[in-house]
Amino acid sequence: MTSRSTLLDDRAIARALTRMASELVEQCHGTDDVLLVGIQRRGVELAARLSRLIEGLEGHPIASGKLDITLYRDDLQAVGPRPVVGETRLPTALDGRTIVIVDDVLYTGRTIRAALDELADFGRPRRILLCVLVDRGGRELPIQPDIVGLRQVIGPKDRIDVLITELDGRDAVELVRAE
Amino acid sequence: MTPRLGKDLTALETLSAEQILLILDTAEAFKEVSERPIKKVPALRGKTIVNLFFEASTRTRISFEFAEKRLSADTVNVATGGSSVSKGETLVDTARNLEAMRIDMVVIRHPASGSADFLGKRIRSNVINAGDGKHEHPTQGLLDILTLRDRFGSLSGLKVAICGDVLHSRVARSNIWGLKKLGADVAVCGPPSLMPRNVSELGVEVFTRIEDAIRWADALNVLRLQLERMTSGFIPSLREYNRVFGVTRERLERASDKLIVMHPGPMNRGVEIDSDVADGPRSVILPQVTNGVAIRMAVLYLLAGGGPDWQQQGGSE
Repeated sequence: MTSRSTLLDDRAIARALTRMASELVEQCHGTDDVLLVGIQRRGVELAARLSRLIEGLEGHPIASGKLDITLYRDDLQAVGPRPVVGETRLPTALDGRTIVIVDDVLYTGRTIRAALDELADFGRPRRILLCVLVDRGGRELPIQPDIVGLRQVIGPKDRIDVLITELDGRDAVELVRAE
Repeated sequence: MTPRLGKDLTALETLSAEQILLILDTAEAFKEVSERPIKKVPALRGKTIVNLFFEASTRTRISFEFAEKRLSADTVNVATGGSSVSKGETLVDTARNLEAMRIDMVVIRHPASGSADFLGKRIRSNVINAGDGKHEHPTQGLLDILTLRDRFGSLSGLKVAICGDVLHSRVARSNIWGLKKLGADVAVCGPPSLMPRNVSELGVEVFTRIEDAIRWADALNVLRLQLERMTSGFIPSLREYNRVFGVTRERLERASDKLIVMHPGPMNRGVEIDSDVADGPRSVILPQVTNGVAIRMAVLYLLAGGGPDWQQQGGSE
């Protein structure tokens, strides 16, 4: 059996993203040379939201791209159906830029490890930051976020579901507890 | 549930439409890898792949090798000349010896129809058919279909005419199976001496005049006249073949604007296809080659997770 409770509703997500957009601009000292990179799939949608908010704050658009880390996963040796590979689209020149990786949930850190390896094959950014909507704790690698919407430490059997209107029909962050 | 491919890819005849679409969609993501500054991803790191070619091939072998290397696999090429194969070792002995060196996948081209399937049932490694006799050449069929989908968006109701030496062509068979599963209408066109018997039983239209095929089709897939497989008497002369069945600029002048021309290569310019057409605006021959690498990366990636069905199939003997 599982139970489901709402941690953030649509208005709370909007407020969190607004604050995250301001923090992002502050930590990057503006938006020059900044590139938002959304991790497939929900990170891509969140990066698009942040991009619109930042454009509202700064008055000009911010560059963005999308990254699928499937081919850099550290569990591809396992036998079983291969995970679906999504689209990666990055501008070719990353050298000297500030990159902000955007993802929905930060858990073990393995996805971000894969993203860092993949980005290194595209170039040598000046700096990379990590921006996540929910940090649920439980790290297995020395990786920490720079900008966080919500910190909520939960057990390994529990799950965070991030729902995005574009993909799921509504905005919400829900905690699914195993009982 | 996402469909999966299983252990081997030996034919399109035995795949479902969902499995074919899974390969096409995966290839879509792999196209981008070949455009990166570092054209390499670590997905098959540590896998060892043997390219076992019992027939001459340049394009297919190089395409597979690029695909393997861009996925970070380690590759070994074995060609018939200069190997134990020319000393009379059987196919299974060759493959078992390679397997004893702990390989993971075999890409095989062989003149005997059914050889890839035969091998796949007898070894644990994943087997990919790179052309077996007159049977199938599944990755060529897939890259042709991907090229058509790139151009037309959907395959449903698309009219594809496969022209020329259908009798000797594994490319034709893979195209027919794959295209029909995805809802395309397929026709064949060529001299009766180069048509398989009972060809219409494959569910295709048959044209005997190239002009009729051109009028009907959205796309022509012009096959290579396989001179090396013809012992005698299939066609009177190459010049006459070009005069009657060649895809020429004059013949295409009356075709619809959207008609595209494909060729699996290597071309006999001036025989089945004229240079004006091969190098002209309707030609998608080079995009086919580019798509070939993406398709092969997708197949290698998807099969690499297919554990040995070996136990269930009782493949040992």
